[in-house]
Amino acid sequence: MAILINRNTRLITIGITGKQGTFHTLQSRDYGTNVVGGVTPGKGGTVHEGIPVFDTTYEAVLETKANAAMIFVPPPAAADAIIECIDAELPLIICITEGIPVGDMIKVKAALKGSKSRLIGPNCPGVITPGECKIGIMPGHIHMPGNVGVISRSGTLTYEAVYQLTQREIGQSTCVGIGGDPVNGTNFIDCLEMFQKDPDTKAVIMIGEIGGTAETDAARWIKANMTKPVVSFIAGAAAPKGKRMGHAGAIISGEDDSADAKFKILQECGITIARSPAELGQKIAEVLKK
Amino acid sequence: MNVHEYQAKDLMREFNIAVLKGGVANTPAEAVEVAKKLGGNIWVVKAQIHAGGRGKGGGVKLARSLDEVEKLSKEILGMQLVTHQTGPEGKKVLKVLVEQGCDIDHEYYCGIVLDRSVGKICMMVSTEGGMEIEKVAHETPEKIVKCHIDAATGFTAAHGRKLGYALGLKGETLKKAMAFFDGLYKLYVSKDCSIAEINPLVTTKQGEVLALDGKLNFDDNALFRHPEIEAMRDITEESAQELEAGKYGLSYISLDGNIGCLVNGAGLAMATLDILKLHGGSPANFLDVGGGATKETVQKAFTIILQDPNVKAILVNIFGGIMKCDIIANGVVDAAKELGVKVPLVVRLEGTNVSVGKKILAESGLKITPANDLADAAKKAVEAAKGGK
Repeated sequence: MAILINRNTRLITIGITGKQGTFHTLQSRDYGTNVVGGVTPGKGGTVHEGIPVFDTTYEAVLETKANAAMIFVPPPAAADAIIECIDAELPLIICITEGIPVGDMIKVKAALKGSKSRLIGPNCPGVITPGECKIGIMPGHIHMPGNVGVISRSGTLTYEAVYQLTQREIGQSTCVGIGGDPVNGTNFIDCLEMFQKDPDTKAVIMIGEIGGTAETDAARWIKANMTKPVVSFIAGAAAPKGKRMGHAGAIISGEDDSADAKFKILQECGITIARSPAELGQKIAEVLKK
Repeated sequence: MNVHEYQAKDLMREFNIAVLKGGVANTPAEAVEVAKKLGGNIWVVKAQIHAGGRGKGGGVKLARSLDEVEKLSKEILGMQLVTHQTGPEGKKVLKVLVEQGCDIDHEYYCGIVLDRSVGKICMMVSTEGGMEIEKVAHETPEKIVKCHIDAATGFTAAHGRKLGYALGLKGETLKKAMAFFDGLYKLYVSKDCSIAEINPLVTTKQGEVLALDGKLNFDDNALFRHPEIEAMRDITEESAQELEAGKYGLSYISLDGNIGCLVNGAGLAMATLDILKLHGGSPANFLDVGGGATKETVQKAFTIILQDPNVKAILVNIFGGIMKCDIIANGVVDAAKELGVKVPLVVRLEGTNVSVGKKILAESGLKITPANDLADAAKKAVEAAKGGK
């Protein structure tokens, strides 16, 4: 069953004819994802790598019955591409684009409210349900099907966690990269809620970062609502104050959103913490044995 | 991106936000000229650096004569100004802002930031002006009144009344404050700010509402549509290495340890610093080579890391997803050979084409310590920085 995406997902790529869009669409298709179309304004009616291209998302959805979109549109036009997907009532929008202005995302956030769409990202690696469907830029081969859900704000750190699991022959139900930007479509709690309801998920890894309250809000939600075990790591314990570490989200400005403060609250909420990113696989193995 | 107070105030004038008359000066003579033009008999000389707390550090002084303007400008220009935001080494002052004085009646605080938890812009005011706002937020949070602004409505008169009322303002002063808040919101949104902070916002004995200080930060991701803001960049305020790294799509931050780090992805790069510390090591830098690194960017990354004389060992930690391990391995080998890397090199590769990558490293003839996993890499790098076992 997993969450968000599966065998029945019908994907269109927005910005399909670009270099990145082409490469990752083909990688996703090779993994087994059902890619039904793509959108590049001005190239409608053509066929790209065997995939029909449309001028507008609206038309692509109408013609292909797509139920998910992957966005590879450059930052200046990416927010507009998301809004076009919302308007076309696509249930799932996954935006990979990095570097969208915060002001644009504030408008997207407002457009999502009351809509029929869920947005994952932006600035994220995407979503994968191992063995069934991959939408994004993650290396498919490090994953294996199984029962651990993974949620993360980071890309490569997620691969690290997944790799540790697969090496121990612990498979994953679904891995979701929610993205490193300060304003995103889906937060930890949204994913935790889905994993809690998903019968295929037995435990969850949550990988957070310094900055903001997303992890501590999630911790309190877990304490109140979650029966499945959660293992968590917060990146940035060694980050100096006031420095932005690559992700716009990861800026540490006050005491409360430091890694130490977050680890403490997570622990108080009954979450198993991994102080070292190298311990994630081992900690999950431990909670699964209990 | 950060700008100076005088630049922030120029922008505020464009949005009809009340500020004092003033002008920027690079020399004491220029400062006197500015003061003469402004007229009056009292002026404030303010050091222009990208850091707060300038007053406490001795970078803001009151002058009661033109001679005093000259004397104080001489003292401030060229000084190494230390504040709680500059670090112990301080920052050299290259410019001063000379402003008119004013009759302050009351000091307030006004700030705009993004509230990430709801994805909305939040305007905050406080009666505790002139103080460190972090302290107020921590000790007396009830003294900060917040107003979330929906993207659909924008800033309305209702928001303005709420904030003005919270400061206890009435009549004409309230109206002026409402116009002030409205202008600041418009500035924040149209210029893609990430922080707008007025501390203090003052009311004067003459009933004016104006910004005595002004701090603006801008969203780097939005600079492509604001060449006028980009033109305000003061490169003397930025780290030369960080700027150089940025040109090659590398994200580099200098730290005070001795283990140079080269990692792909911001999250993994942060986690690498964390695990080094957990194993008793101390990272010399944060460096994210990004998703699309080439041989050239890896080489550039090595050059930047090696510019730091404290580096005693280098840890390369790459989890190749999009980035293929053989490309990284070739980049590492070439860079090490061409740059003549003398410090121990610990390399951990994982992901796409990892076996080819490891083979390239092993056959390079270089003294590279391979690591099996993240923990192993951290241990080996910490040992290497200590001078081996």
